Parts: sequence; C-alpha cells; structure tokens
Amino acid sequence: MSKQKQEFLEVRTGEHFTTGNHAAAEGALSVGCKFFGGYPITPSSEIAETMALRLPQLGGNFVQFEDEIASIVGILGASWGGVKSMTATSGPGYSLMVENIGLGMMTETPCVIINVQRGGPSTGLPTLVGQQDIMQTKWGAHGDFEPIVLCPNSVQECFELAIEAFNYAEKFRLPVTLLMDEVLGHMSERLIIPDASKITKIERKKPKDSPENHLPYKPDENLVPPMAVAGEGYRVMMTGLTHDERGYPDLNPETQDKQVRRINDKIRLNKKDIIRVEEYMLDDAEYAIISFGSVARAAKGTVNRARKKGIKVGLLRLITIWPFPDERIEALAKQVKKIYVPEINYGQITREVERSVHGKTEVKGIFKLGGAIHNPQEILKEIEGDA
Amino acid sequence: MSRVEIRFAGFGGQGIGLMGRLVGEAVSLLEEGKNSVMTQSYGPESRGGASSTDVVIEEGEIDYPKATELDYFVALSEEAYQKYIPKLKEGGILFVEEDLVTLDENAKKAKKIFKIPATKIAESLGSRLYANIAMLGFVCANTKGIFSEEAMITIMKEKIKARFVEKNLIAFQKGMEYKSDS
Repeated sequence: MSKQKQEFLEVRTGEHFTTGNHAAAEGALSVGCKFFGGYPITPSSEIAETMALRLPQLGGNFVQFEDEIASIVGILGASWGGVKSMTATSGPGYSLMVENIGLGMMTETPCVIINVQRGGPSTGLPTLVGQQDIMQTKWGAHGDFEPIVLCPNSVQECFELAIEAFNYAEKFRLPVTLLMDEVLGHMSERLIIPDASKITKIERKKPKDSPENHLPYKPDENLVPPMAVAGEGYRVMMTGLTHDERGYPDLNPETQDKQVRRINDKIRLNKKDIIRVEEYMLDDAEYAIISFGSVARAAKGTVNRARKKGIKVGLLRLITIWPFPDERIEALAKQVKKIYVPEINYGQITREVERSVHGKTEVKGIFKLGGAIHNPQEILKEIEGDA
Repeated sequence: MSRVEIRFAGFGGQGIGLMGRLVGEAVSLLEEGKNSVMTQSYGPESRGGASSTDVVIEEGEIDYPKATELDYFVALSEEAYQKYIPKLKEGGILFVEEDLVTLDENAKKAKKIFKIPATKIAESLGSRLYANIAMLGFVCANTKGIFSEEAMITIMKEKIKARFVEKNLIAFQKGMEYKSDS
C-alpha cells in the first residue's frame, strides 16, 4: 500500500522501523483511541506529536491543554462522552495527574495514561531514563484502589501493551497506566503491525436495562457496572464523593465499604486474568533475576551470558507490575538460591519481591539511580560473586 | 552472524542520526533473518554539539539494546573521536573522516583503520551535507556482510527527500568506491 494511503488508516498494517513512543501511539490508534489530551513533556513528546498528526486524520480530536491537570480531567470527560481517550506524560506530569487519576478510579472511568519514565524526583533528568515511578503508579493518588500498570520491554510490546491497556480500561472501567521508560520511548527497532482483523478490541459494556430503571453504578457479576454514555438517554452521574448505585453521594461507612471494596475487588478477584509475566530459562534455574521494562533486556542478556558460562540463571520478567505477581514469586523463591532485582531506582520492586518471597530465599537489589540502564555484564558480576 | 555493534558519531548537523536510522531500518526491514536496534545519544544538545548513534545488529533476538563494546566506530569529528575511542574494542575497526579527525595512540587498538575525506567528496557534489552518506557508502564497502548496498539504496530512496535522493546516491557510490590509503 502506498505511504499516502496508509496515513489515513487506523491500523498501519506492515513492518516498520520505529521508536517505542511512536509504536505506543500507533497501538492506541489501532484499538480505536479517538481523543488525546495532553501537555508535551520529554521523553514522551513523540506520542503527543504522533497523536496530533494522526487523530484529525481519523476523525478524532487532539487537545493540547494548559497543563497536565487539565489533560487528565479532559480525558476523563472524553471517556464519559463515549470515546476511548488517553494522555501521555513523564514523571513530573504524572505527579500533577495523580489527584484526578483518583477521580478516575472513583468514577470508574476507562482511559489510558502513558508515563515514559525519566530520572526524578522533580524535574530530575529530563532526557535520561528512570524507573522511579513504580510506587507512584500504585499509591500516587489517595484512598484505596487497585491500579493496572503494564511495563513493555520492546518497541513491539509498546504497541501491543498500548492495545492491552485500553482493553483492560474498557473491561474493568478504570484508568490504566502504560509505564514505559526513556530508553524504550526513544529506541528504534522493528514493529510488526498485524492486520486490523487480528487486533482484539474490547469495548465497555453498555446498559441493557431501560433508561428509567438504570442504576449507573450497579455492577454485573464481575463487579464492573455497565457504562452509559452522556447523551444516550441514560442518567449519567459522576462524583468523586462516595456514592450509591444511583451515583448519588451517600456519605456513610456502609456505602463507602460497599463501593470501595468493590472497585478494589473487581481487580483483585480477576488478578489471575490480568497478571502477565514472561519466564525465560527458569525451569532448571538456581538463580533468578526479576526485572521489567528496558532493564529486562539487559537481564536477558545476563541470562544468556551466564548460561554460556554454565551458571544456571533464569529471568522472570514482569509485564504487569500492578497487580503484583506475589504467588509466582513465592513459588520461584522456593526454587532458587537467590533472586536479583536490577532496577533504575533505589529499591521499589525489590521491596515488593522481598515482601512476596516470605523469607524463603535471599533477595538482592541492584540499583541505578537514573540516567542509564544496567548493562548485562554488571548484573552478571553480581551473580558470579555468589555462584 | 553474532552480535555486531556500530557507533556513528560526529557533531549535530552532520546527519549522524540519519546514518544510524538508515542502517537500522535497512537491516530490520530488508535483510532477511537479521534484527537491528538503533539508539541515539539524547540530551539538550543541538546543532554543533556532540551527536552519536548506535546500531546493534544480530541474527536472532537482540537482548541488550545499547552498545557495550564497539566492533565498528565511525568518527566524523575530532570531539567524537576523542570521546568514544575508548569504547572501541581491542581489534575493532575504525573509520574516520580524515580531514576532521587526528588519530592518536588510542587508535592503535584498531585492527584496521579506514580513512576518507568524506566532507571534501560531499563538497565536490555541491554540499558538505552529503558527507554522512559518502561515509556510509565507505563503511558499507568495507564491512562486508553487515548491511548490503542494495538494502541501503532502497532505504535511501524511500527515506530521503525526493529532491536530495540523486545526490545522496552519488555520494554513497563515491564512498563505496573510495580506496583508503592505509
């Protein structure tokens, strides 16, 4: 197909050589995202750039808002208007968004936030890599909620997990974070975009009852309420206050317990369907590396190099970091002598791994504080010291 | 073919990023069975500052996307040469823009050194902007089997703006044909 014709397609089927940022944007478009609200920030700006160019070609809308606070509120509103919506940012922007990510959790609003991580805290390292926003994506907003956070490690996966992020958002009605990092955002490699018919698209459930009887927050058996779109005749209610099934504020412990328990349980009880990991050479492993994001590429390099030297190392790569795969890690702890956790922060996933192993094996974090990813040799050196 | 790491480096404005992108794209999309990853130095620099781009090429999956020990180092400025020559592995291969780089004892670890007056060649075609492509032709001719002439020509025709394609193809050809004197 000619390049010109491809410009106006939602799904640009074919082989491309492109960056993680471009791939994530194409993934979002492929699954039907029609609204982007954002404020450009390094190292995520190419996502906004791609959406600004592509959305108008596809009948969608792009808004550059005055800041990240307006951006996140804008995409929540767009979602209630019935379109798949997203934003993209980096740590400083995500910090501004967390309050209204909480609003999205409470109003059960499907949308996607991409965070291309750079070094922090604060403005930190604008152009260089970090993985320091792990806990922020879990605990950033106040109150109890269970987020879904996905961590790609290749350009191909930036595309695929952008699709998956929208599908989780629509299926479970919540803001989902695609947590990338600068290395992935800016590196180029092959991206294969499949035929449009091969792309799984999940759409939010619509109400089946009549508009007069509709209760906007009455859940189905999977604990997720069907969602009406403003303008379709159904009552649409949104409030950050604790609300009953009608969507009316109802400020008492019983309603709070019922509602907040449900928005957590809709994820907790479906954890098995959500959690995804990649296992590499773990079958006979005596040592394991747990890794995620771009660093997992280095970790795989470590495994390959260690195996050549006869050291039995395997890799457990976290694709979803939230919900956290506690059970898988506890099982791994019974198998291996030690678990190594290389990450570009001062021990965020390491602490979760320590919690999950319940003392059954030793855990060692290998930390870089931002600006560069580990190389396979550095991680190998740590393992060789013990093997 | 096992893992090969190439770094192109010079100053902002020489088209260093384009060199990496063309090679990476040619390999990934046109060379059967090979993969490539391209990364670029990324910072607040602009025109005139140091610029570098790495391409890792391998048959099979590429685990670590960044360069660790350079098999090939292509230097188009003195600053870039000084900065990155320590990264060239013992027995690696060095390419230099001979009018812009002064070799010192660090170059001794290279198994082979290829020198080309890429900027002069480009100027003979009307603009020094073609120097990067002349250098690419030179690298292509002297690194047999890593990336092919045919793939590079196809990618250049696709990626370079139509009005510049012809001159760039000539620059590439001149680079291919140039014989280094050492």
